[in-house]
Amino acid sequence: MTREEVRQAVVDILEDIAPDEDVSSIKDEVTLREQMDLDSMDFLDIVMELRKRFNIEVPESDYQELVSMASCIQYLQPLLKDHQLAS
Amino acid sequence: MNNQVHPEERIVITGIGLTAPNGNNLKEFRENLLAGKSGVQKFETRYVGEVLAGICDFNVLKYQKKKELRRGTRVGSVSIYCCREAFNDSGIDLESIDRSRVGVYLGVTEHGNVETENEIYNISKYDYDTKYWSHHHNPRTVANNPAGEVTLNMKITGPHYTIGAACAAGNMGVIQGLQMLRLGEVDFALAGGVSESIHTFGIFASFKSEGALAEHQDPAKASRPFDKNRNGIVCSEGGCVYVLERLSDALKREAKIYGEIVGYATNSDAFDFILPEPGRQAECIRLALKKAGLKPSDINILNAHATATQLGDIQECKAIRDVFGEEEAVWINNTKSFIGHTMGAAGTLELSGNLPAFEDGLVHQTLNLDELDPECYLKNIVSGQPKQLDRVDYIMNNSFGMFGINSVLIVKRYEN
Repeated sequence: MTREEVRQAVVDILEDIAPDEDVSSIKDEVTLREQMDLDSMDFLDIVMELRKRFNIEVPESDYQELVSMASCIQYLQPLLKDHQLAS
Repeated sequence: MNNQVHPEERIVITGIGLTAPNGNNLKEFRENLLAGKSGVQKFETRYVGEVLAGICDFNVLKYQKKKELRRGTRVGSVSIYCCREAFNDSGIDLESIDRSRVGVYLGVTEHGNVETENEIYNISKYDYDTKYWSHHHNPRTVANNPAGEVTLNMKITGPHYTIGAACAAGNMGVIQGLQMLRLGEVDFALAGGVSESIHTFGIFASFKSEGALAEHQDPAKASRPFDKNRNGIVCSEGGCVYVLERLSDALKREAKIYGEIVGYATNSDAFDFILPEPGRQAECIRLALKKAGLKPSDINILNAHATATQLGDIQECKAIRDVFGEEEAVWINNTKSFIGHTMGAAGTLELSGNLPAFEDGLVHQTLNLDELDPECYLKNIVSGQPKQLDRVDYIMNNSFGMFGINSVLIVKRYEN
């Protein structure tokens, strides 16, 4: 996946997890928790959705890589290089 | 705010919130009961296929955000809706009271089946690999979930729990709330019963295996308590919660009062897992009358439990005949004929459908009673159309459940 596709994959997941929020205005460099109402159970949802949608495992030691959109993209792009974004 | 014990304090209903398959507030519910309008529909379930059920259509986003819906349970939504509606109806300003003095007491027949079935179905798609099992499962399935979601939504910091009492659970929630108010544990009780059970396939499959699941070409005609051609239960979801207060507090704030709970009782058959025992049911009715200081002929409306099973209806009628005999003054109706069996919600929901009779004197009819089964003979069953009485002072509700849990509530018209 391209960088943009990885970003879209994360946005799609966040849209499901936080259905009341405007995901179109997420700033990449700000932590997700600063701009959205997300708690630890929500982050586990992100990990679960990555597992279900792309069959990738994020170990607990890597959870801090998901702290912002920018860090998500940087961490996930190599893991998703052979995947395709669902249409 | 009053921590003392008030053993003799009178307890009144000052707010009602409900969702039924044929109405999402008391006015709408009552109108549809008086108009003979059923709430039973066709319903598609996993594995069992098409069944009949009472389905609620209250606005789930009225008091919850989409995220809360996603994280919580259906019965959590039902509970939040009913509790919020009840509080709004009572006129109490949630922002200005001490929320540590509000208790949430909700009766349920079961909890956890919906989520467990859903999760097993979910991981079946991943070869039963449990790493796909949701981290939300535990908070969704703990037995206090329905009441707990209410406390989160309403920021209530008083006690909360659910009471498992099968189909007697709704009345049990009210009895618990009343007792906690008299003990001075709380100043406001959100008390009643709730159900999401139609969202399990297991309840349909189990009643079907038992030979107790209703079938009919016309869904509205499927729930037929006392009728010769009844053939079982229609399962339904729903909820009904009262705000209960001590009368002295209700008067201080000039609250609207729907009625006073003057009698209640609960006991056990000690007989069978499923089959009811009329002797113990009659005993429960007598205990409630004794607590209220009433005789059978004082009751104006008796709202029967009858779920339309072959034996259950017969046994309840034996119990009612035993206590009431041929009393001219007592009029009997059944609400499950309209909305099916709302499980944990049944007691309070069915009682609520009758409370407006204190004002209009009308006893709603029993739907689908085309030919009374002779073994279900009762004097004065209202069928066909509502019955107009001159005056209603006392309404009784029977709710009986599996393992022979019996509960009876008696509500009195309140006059200042």
